Amino acid sequence: MNLSDNFPIEFYDALVIGAGGAGMRCALKLTEQGHKVAMVSKVFPTRSHTVAAQGGINAALGNVTPDQWQWHMYDTIKGSDYLGDQDAIEFMCQEAAEIVRELEHFGVPFSRLESGKIYQRAFGGQSQNYGEEQAHRTCAAADRTGHAILHSLYQQNIRLGTIIYDEYYALDLLKTINGEIGGVLVMNIHDGAYKILQSSHTLLATGGAGQVFRNNTNASINTGDGLGMVLRAGLPLQDMEFWQFHPTGVAGKGMLISEAVRGEGGKLRNALGEAFMEKYAPHVKDLASRDVVSRAIAIEVKEGRGCGANKDYVLLDISHIPEEVITERLPGIRDISQTFLGIDPIKEPIPVFPTCHYMMGGIPTNIQGQVVSPDDLGEQKVVKGLYAIGECACVSVHGANRLGGNSLLDIIVFGRKAALTISEALHSHKPNRSNTDLNLQSIRQRLQRWQKRSETSAETSAQIDSVIQIKKSLQQIMDRGCGVFRDHQTMQQAFNDLQGIQLRLDNVCLTDFNDVFNLERLAGLELENLVAIAFATVTSALARTESRGAHSRVDFAERDDQAWLKHTLYFQEAHRLAYKAVNLHPKHHAAFEPKPRVY
Amino acid sequence: MQFIISRYNPQIDKIPYDQTFELDNTQISTDSMLLDALHLLREQDPSLAYRSSCQEGVCGSDGMNVNGRNRLSCITPLSDLPQKIVIKPMPGLPIIKDLIIDMELFYQQYQGVDPFLQSEPLDLQHEHLQSPEDRAKLDGSYECILCGCCTTSCPSFWWNPDQFAGPAALLAAHRFVIDSRDIQHVDRLKNLDSPTQIFRCRHIQNCTDACPKGLNPSRAIQELKSIMVKEI
Repeated sequence: MNLSDNFPIEFYDALVIGAGGAGMRCALKLTEQGHKVAMVSKVFPTRSHTVAAQGGINAALGNVTPDQWQWHMYDTIKGSDYLGDQDAIEFMCQEAAEIVRELEHFGVPFSRLESGKIYQRAFGGQSQNYGEEQAHRTCAAADRTGHAILHSLYQQNIRLGTIIYDEYYALDLLKTINGEIGGVLVMNIHDGAYKILQSSHTLLATGGAGQVFRNNTNASINTGDGLGMVLRAGLPLQDMEFWQFHPTGVAGKGMLISEAVRGEGGKLRNALGEAFMEKYAPHVKDLASRDVVSRAIAIEVKEGRGCGANKDYVLLDISHIPEEVITERLPGIRDISQTFLGIDPIKEPIPVFPTCHYMMGGIPTNIQGQVVSPDDLGEQKVVKGLYAIGECACVSVHGANRLGGNSLLDIIVFGRKAALTISEALHSHKPNRSNTDLNLQSIRQRLQRWQKRSETSAETSAQIDSVIQIKKSLQQIMDRGCGVFRDHQTMQQAFNDLQGIQLRLDNVCLTDFNDVFNLERLAGLELENLVAIAFATVTSALARTESRGAHSRVDFAERDDQAWLKHTLYFQEAHRLAYKAVNLHPKHHAAFEPKPRVY
Repeated sequence: MQFIISRYNPQIDKIPYDQTFELDNTQISTDSMLLDALHLLREQDPSLAYRSSCQEGVCGSDGMNVNGRNRLSCITPLSDLPQKIVIKPMPGLPIIKDLIIDMELFYQQYQGVDPFLQSEPLDLQHEHLQSPEDRAKLDGSYECILCGCCTTSCPSFWWNPDQFAGPAALLAAHRFVIDSRDIQHVDRLKNLDSPTQIFRCRHIQNCTDACPKGLNPSRAIQELKSIMVKEI
């Protein structure tokens, strides 16, 4: 289409960008409350990456072992290496039981106990009575809990008739002349047509960005689109140095092997056959926090006790677990092992290695799901019209390291909460459906940029750069520079290399200029987001001269609460950093003071 | 390895045509999946269009017809395929571009069977109880990923895509009919009881043959028929 044309406009009470678990829970509540809401997703809703979550969702139901939300709160704070905001963690853990029962009412086919209640399994970092015996807190539907939840939420949205724009790509936030967020520009992937969706309430639920790393467990759609939009709008990202490397990705390939495998009794072994987690976490062994287990694996391999011809992985052994437990509780894992490795884990151990899995950082928000940003005096102020939830947000309930089973909880708790926040605002102020002037200048420039044609002739096309090649280089740089262990030199090198990537991105041209399912153009737009996120990660990580949670520095091996018990804020302009305090003031429970973290 | 891929760009082409691509065997490792090969081909021609996302067989994006059979490219090992691979979009639905089909009708049919739990209302302090045996009945039905491999291989659906729900939708219907928590059991069965609905299924078994998740829609439909005969 001609970019100078006026874009068609549609008005909604609220917009939900993203149709994973967070977006669908939010849209469901908004639709139920009678609001005119549109949910936008670049894929059909059940293709969203929530579908790949395996192990489960945490809630102190106490169906298997005694439990209290306060114990869950303690475990989550300790797991976060004390960087999590205690008010937000308290809220999430308090809500958890109700949230899980509500999912059950929505139809989620949870596995069941003999009592008929929801099955709960052991997971890493979960304890009873503030750090004592292992808790069974993770509610599971076999090892397909994400699939079960995502499909049930989609089904409930069908029931209520939520308006869904699927295979529409959200490009950028649009601001009113007052600087408030007034909607988004979207592109219909089917025909390349642009459209403005205008609303006084825009919620981002665009998920993670694991595609910045080469070795990752993430879907190819996880390109951090919401984060890119926020950075381009001049707003900050929080704690982007904290990326979770899941201990058990399939070695060399990256598919996720759920923590549920260790929850059901699986053991990690090195080349000598040693169950080496006993050394690193004598008390809970294989069920230590993910950052602890990932570092242990990396050390085993570095010190020459890795398995295989290249000694570059360890083994996850479940051969001692009864076959019927595996077929009933871990069928999906068995399936993945057989499909991708030709290995039946009932007979043979699975080769695994830490793999980028989850982004603890994201768009800073408060507990209500409203995006916040510091004003000139450093005070955190609500950004009018903008909300964020789920993996793309940083509220922060995961701090420096997320516990397994807490991400599905995060998306549902804050999906519902943000919907209630928006709904209240809509009830007190009638939604504005008149045409407000929106600033379209920068988005037009961005679209224009991707119309640029190469001056090189087609015959030499093999030599010219491409979106695909730049993405590959980016992923290599991030794997090398910002992995499980980091130091100043490798990160500085990564930062320098990223500047080269930025230059290539600025100059690259597309070869396909058609409008129908132009996936090259889509990949180009996504790459802009990935590169912006990589800069946020490396800049934030370079500055943090301590080791905390998943950010583990060889040159600053200790946690430093004096200097670094604070959140990082990254702004795209001039790669500027600012900091804000960690919340240590929960409402109902006494605060948990930072202590050395031992498992 | 040779790939003969059906191409169609509605802005240029009147009808689909076949294009031959080659991949050097050195580019492929012994454990490569078909999707890995397609990604390499897309480096040769960035306009090559197919859907994909999770790359591990759970999101259901990348259904396509490979040497005559509907499969998910991400869990189809190249080593299972001959040196000459013919890839077409899944049949029975309109083509949008190359291997991408318009699945709107497929989704409408799914939505048409009311695929959502309708249970006794309960306060949020309680969960519905379900015995492990009753829960086990859902195994084989709830795992569907809506990839469409079954429905687009079903001749009954090809004939009446606007009337016959097709195997994926009927599998979903089965999942709720047998869920011990659901209270619309009888109404669900009545809605399926029609010559254009469940009895349009002739158990050709293409669906079961095509399902990349190893599910058995044909058996689920047979079970629905048996329940219907007994209860309605």
